[in-house]
Amino acid sequence: MSQTVNDRRPSSLQGATLPKWSPYAIAAGSIALGLGISAAAGLDSKIQWGLMAAVFFVAASYGIAAKVEGKRQAKDRVATSLVWVAFLLAVIPLVSLIWETVKRGVKVLDVYFLTHSMGLVTDTEPGGGIYHAILGTLEQVGIATVISVPIGILTAIYLVEYGRGRLAQAVTFFVDVMTGIPSIVAGLFVLSFWIIILDMGYSGFAGAMALTILMLPVIVRSTEEMLKLVPNELREASLALGVPKWRTITKVVLPTSIGGITTGVMLAIARITGETAPVLLLVWGSTFINTDPFDGPQASLPMYIYQQYANSGGSGAAYDRAWAAALTLIAFVMILNLAARGIARWKAPKTGR
Amino acid sequence: MAKRIDVSGLSAYYSSFRAIEDISMAIEPRSVTAFIGPSGCGKSTFLRTLNRMHEVTPGGRVEGKVMLDDENLYGAGIDPVSVRREVGMVFQRPNPFPTMSVFDNVAAGLRLNGSYKKSELGDIVEKSLKGANLWNEVKDRLNKPGSGLSGGQQQRLCIARAIAVEPKVLLMDEPCSALDPISTLAIEDLIGELKERFTIVIVTHNMQQAARVSDRTAFFNLSAVGQPGKLIEIDDTERIFSNPSVQATEDYISGRFG
Amino acid sequence: MDISTKKSDAPPPVSPPSETEQKRAARGVTRPGDRVFLGLSRGSGIFLLVIMAAIAAFLTYRSVIAISKDESNFLTTFEWNPTAVPPSFGIAVLVYGTVISSIIAMVIAVPIAVGIALFITHYAPRRLGGPLSYVIDLLAAVPSIVYGLWGALVLAPQLIGLFGWLDDYFGWTGILDWQGGAPRSLFTVGILLAIMILPIITSVSREVFRQAPQMHQEAALALGATRWEVIRMSVLPFGRSGVISASMLGLGRALGETMAVATVLSPSFEINASLLDPGGGTFAQNIASKFSEASEMGRDALIASGLVLFVITLLVNGGARMIIARRAEYSGANA
Repeated sequence: MSQTVNDRRPSSLQGATLPKWSPYAIAAGSIALGLGISAAAGLDSKIQWGLMAAVFFVAASYGIAAKVEGKRQAKDRVATSLVWVAFLLAVIPLVSLIWETVKRGVKVLDVYFLTHSMGLVTDTEPGGGIYHAILGTLEQVGIATVISVPIGILTAIYLVEYGRGRLAQAVTFFVDVMTGIPSIVAGLFVLSFWIIILDMGYSGFAGAMALTILMLPVIVRSTEEMLKLVPNELREASLALGVPKWRTITKVVLPTSIGGITTGVMLAIARITGETAPVLLLVWGSTFINTDPFDGPQASLPMYIYQQYANSGGSGAAYDRAWAAALTLIAFVMILNLAARGIARWKAPKTGR
Repeated sequence: MAKRIDVSGLSAYYSSFRAIEDISMAIEPRSVTAFIGPSGCGKSTFLRTLNRMHEVTPGGRVEGKVMLDDENLYGAGIDPVSVRREVGMVFQRPNPFPTMSVFDNVAAGLRLNGSYKKSELGDIVEKSLKGANLWNEVKDRLNKPGSGLSGGQQQRLCIARAIAVEPKVLLMDEPCSALDPISTLAIEDLIGELKERFTIVIVTHNMQQAARVSDRTAFFNLSAVGQPGKLIEIDDTERIFSNPSVQATEDYISGRFG
Repeated sequence: MDISTKKSDAPPPVSPPSETEQKRAARGVTRPGDRVFLGLSRGSGIFLLVIMAAIAAFLTYRSVIAISKDESNFLTTFEWNPTAVPPSFGIAVLVYGTVISSIIAMVIAVPIAVGIALFITHYAPRRLGGPLSYVIDLLAAVPSIVYGLWGALVLAPQLIGLFGWLDDYFGWTGILDWQGGAPRSLFTVGILLAIMILPIITSVSREVFRQAPQMHQEAALALGATRWEVIRMSVLPFGRSGVISASMLGLGRALGETMAVATVLSPSFEINASLLDPGGGTFAQNIASKFSEASEMGRDALIASGLVLFVITLLVNGGARMIIARRAEYSGANA
C-alpha cells in the first residue's frame, strides 16, 4: 500500500529549478520574437506584436518549465506568467491614455484657452477656449453637491444610527440599486418630468438634478462606511454622560468620521464632474458664457469635449481643443482623487485594524 | 519511513527582528518530541522552520541547517514544495477546506501529487481516516462538507489529510488548544498510535499534555520581551519533568513563571 | 464622587426590566432635538425612495405614451422612425448591440481582472500591492468621455492591423469578417468597454481574494502545494461568488455606458453578422446620438428604450447585490 504511494514520489527533495533570471530572459526573448515576426510580416500595429509577445511568453514559460521542472511547476509558472500578462495588459491602456492626452492636450492648453469661450469661433477654425464650459461644470456640480451632501449624509446617519426594520432595509437596498443606474437613465428621468411634463427649459439646474441622482448613492454609501468605523464605545461614552443622541451624533460621531466623509464627497464630485450623458440631455450646450444655471442652456466641460469631437468634421483645430479640454478634465478629476485619498490617509480614524 | 531531524545553528527572522537564535537539537525518528515554553518564545516559529513554512510569512527568513536524514532542507536547489510533502503539518485551528467534502479533503494532497485510480484513492482515504481514528464517525458521510464536523473531528480530519500523503515527519502546532477535553484525549491517543510510523513534533502550552504524550521535551525561553527565543534544554520527558538540569526549566514547570 | 454615592444609594434591582420596558427605553425619543434630527434623517431616506419611485413612474408614463403610438412591435422591430407617420420603432437592434458589446467586454475583462486581482494579492511584492491597487483605481477615475476620445482617436487606428489579421485567418467564420471600413464596430466598443469595467471588477475581486482565510492557504501549502495550487484549492473557491458579483457589477456598467460608445461606434440600424463591420447600436448610445434631433415623439420613444435599459441594469445589479449579501451571511456564519 504505502509502497505504491512511495513510488510516485521523487526520491529526493532536490527539484531541478530554473534560475531566477529565467522569466526575464523568456520575456525578453518573447518580445524580440514578437517584434521580429511583426517586422518580417510588415505588421505595424503595436497591439499585434504585443499580443504575440504575450502568447510566446506564456507558451515558452510552460514549455521550458515542463521540460526542466516537471508538470506541476510548469503549471505554476504559467499561472504566474498569465497573471503578469494580465497586469501589463491593464497598465498599457492607462499609460497610453494618460500619455496621449497629455501629449495632444498641451498643444493649445494655455491661459487664453482657459479664459475664453467659443462664442465667436466656429468649430473648424483654431482659437477659442473652455471658460464657458468650466463655468458651467462648476455651477452644475456645485448645485448637485449642495443638494446631495446634506441629504446623503443624513440618510447615512439614519441607516447607521437609527435604522432598524423595513424602512432602513428598503433604503439600503435602493441605495445599492441607485448606484447602478446608468447616467443616461438619470438624465431621461429629469427630462421626462422637468422638461417634458413641467415644461421647464434646458438649464444647468436640470443637469444638476440628474447629477444629484448619480451623486446621492455614492455619498450615502461612503458616509455609511465611515460612520460604521466609529467605535461604539465612543457613542456609549457620550450617551453615558447624559448627552442626547442627536448631540452625540453631531458632536462625537460626525467629527470623528469627518475625514472619511470628506473623502467620499470629493470622490463623488470627481465622479460626476466627468458625466456627459445627462448634461447632454438636459443642459443642451452653448458656445456662449451663461452664468445663470437656472435659465437657458449652458456648456459643460465633458460635453465640450464631445461636441468638439463630434462637430469637428475631422478638423485638427477642434481635435486639439477636445484633447486640451480632456487634459483639463482629467487633471481636475485626478487632483480631486489624490486630495481625497490624501485626506483619507491623514484623517483615518485610528481603530484597531 | 520516519526520518531523523538534525538542527544546527538555526536562527529565524521576521524582517530584521530575530525571533529565535542559534538553535541546535536532534529529533529522533518514531518518537514524539514536545516543545514547551512561555508565549512568544519562538517555539511555533521554530516548528515552522522545520518544513519551510516560516518563509511564507512576509519578511520571514532563516539561517542555519536543518538536516532531514542526510539532506539539508535549506540547502541549494531544495524545492520547498517537496519539503512540505515530506514534512506534514497540523495547525492550531482545524482548517479543513470548506468547499471540499470529507473525502476530497483527505484526498487533496494526493491529487496534487499525481493521478490515482478511483479505487486506489478510496483505499488510501479509508486507511488515512482509520489512521486518524475518524473512519467510524464519517464513513457514512464522506461526501458531506468537512466543515460540518465537530471541532475535534475536524482536527482529526486535518491529521488524516496530513498523513494521507505519507510524510516522514508530522509537525503539530498546538493541535488541541481549540478543542474540548474529550476531543483532546482522542487526539492524544491518536498521537500515541501515530508515533509508530512517523516522527512527531508537537508544540503545546499544556504541560500535562507534554508529559502525557511525548518521549522527549524541549524547553524554550527568552530572556526578555523583544529578545530572540532560545532553546534552554532538551531531554527525556521524564527527566525534564522530574529533575531538569536547568533552574529556569524547573521554575517554568512548577508554575513559578510563564 | 457624585456618581458613586448615587450608586450606593440606589436600591438593588429587584428584577431585570421586562423586554417591553427595555424596548421603550431604547426607542424613547422624547427630546425635541432628537425628534427633529430623527425626522430629518428618516426624511432623507424616504426622499431617496421617492426619487427611485419617481424615476420608475415617470419613465413608465412616457414610455406607455410612446409605445401606444408605435405602429410596429416595440420589441422586435429593426428600425427607429418615431417621427414617421405612423411612428414605427423597436429595440431589437439595440438589444443585439448592447448584448454583443457587453459579452465581448466581459469575455476580455473578467479573466484579466481576476488575474490583476490575484497579482495584487498573491503575486506582486508586498510593497508594490498598495500602489498597484491605486493605479487600477485611477483607471476608474478617468471620465468616460475621455475614454471615448481616446478610443476613437488612439485605440481604433491601432486596431486596423488586428482586424486585418482576424479577417485573414478567421474571416471564414463570418463573425470576424471585415470589409475594411473604419474599425468602429461593436468589437471595438467591446474592447473599450472591457478597459472601462476592469477597475470595478478588479477592486471587488481583490477585496474578496484578500479576505481568503490564511489558515486554508497554509493548509494547502503544508500539503506541498505550489503557489498556483494554493490559489486553486483555497483562494478561488472562497472568492468565486465574489468574482461573479464583481463581474455583474461590471456588466451593469458596460450595459449603461453612453459616451464612450457614442464616440467610438459608427452606429447603424441594421444587424451585421460580422462583429468587425459597423452595425448595431446600444441603448445608451442610441439615446445620446438621436436625442438632439428628436421631436417630442422621438424623445418619448427614446425614454421607452431607456426604461428597458433601466430594468435590465436593475436586474443585473440587483442580482450582483444579492450574491454579495448571501456571501456575507455565509462567511459570517463560518467566522
